Amino acid sequence: MNAAAIYAVEGVLLVSITSDITDTDIIDLQEALSKRIADTECRGVVVDISALEIVDTFVGRVLAQLTSVARLLDAETYVVGMRPAVAMTLVELGMYLPENHTALTLSHALDKMRQSGLIDGLRRG
Amino acid sequence: MVFDEADRIATIELEQDRDVVRARSRVADAMKECGSSELMQTRFVTAVSEVVRNALTHAGGGTLAIYAMPNKRQVGIECRDCGKGIEDIDAAMADGFTTRRGSMGRGLGGAKRLSKTFAIDSSPGKGTTVRMIGACSLR
Ligand SMILES: Nc1ncnc2c1ncn2[C@@H]1O[C@H](COP(=O)(O)OP(=O)(O)O)[C@@H](O)[C@H]1O
Ligand SMILES: [Mg+2]
Repeated sequence: MNAAAIYAVEGVLLVSITSDITDTDIIDLQEALSKRIADTECRGVVVDISALEIVDTFVGRVLAQLTSVARLLDAETYVVGMRPAVAMTLVELGMYLPENHTALTLSHALDKMRQSGLIDGLRRG
Repeated sequence: MVFDEADRIATIELEQDRDVVRARSRVADAMKECGSSELMQTRFVTAVSEVVRNALTHAGGGTLAIYAMPNKRQVGIECRDCGKGIEDIDAAMADGFTTRRGSMGRGLGGAKRLSKTFAIDSSPGKGTTVRMIGACSLR
């Protein structure tokens, strides 16, 4: 898959989504990510959406689903890098993404996950 | 709403999900050319994403036309399909209404809120046309 890549970083899986991701790519991503979570037994996932210029109701729903699937596999998901204009638009759509934790940046997400004991500061992915 | 006075600047056939990405990026460019703020561009491109996605998923494809408006601070679009049409437009516009299991049902209502002007025309068995105008600033 080239529209999204999954990297193991600092004991979490970092998913970065590119701006030209299609609906098919995003569904493939969902499958690939669930497998990686199970294989690596990781407890934290960070989805970086800073490259996404828009999040519509379809992408919003997939983000919520990624989080729900990860949670069933005992991993928590943080969405990072949401643009302010995207946040305002999501609220107008009535999409509050209640399933997702959010953090402004990757390092904030990692801090939050360390605090909640999901990752230990020493382990390296 | 008709685009008689407007200039058609692009036409995009909507046949596969990659075309949704192309449609969004062409509308984003048109908004930029009008000097749109990032927020207004994001709002209108999101609205367009919803209606072109609908043409693909609910009608099996369609055509998007993008217009430069006489008012240089606005962009117009027309998304037309020859799909199954919508039985009850008022119901379809309501947030949460969907005929597709698992879908959010917030696309049409959302697109109306995110655009400056929104008009939908649909007849069962014939197809659906959505026209929208996006403004580059709130003023
Ligand atoms: N172009 C279209 N052709 C046929 N039906 C449509 C079209 N657009 C929307 N609809 C109908 O209106 C409903 C609501 O659309 P929308 O608000 O975008 O929600 P969703 O796409 O999540 O179902 C759809 O479930 C569908 O039944
Ligand atoms: Mg829709």
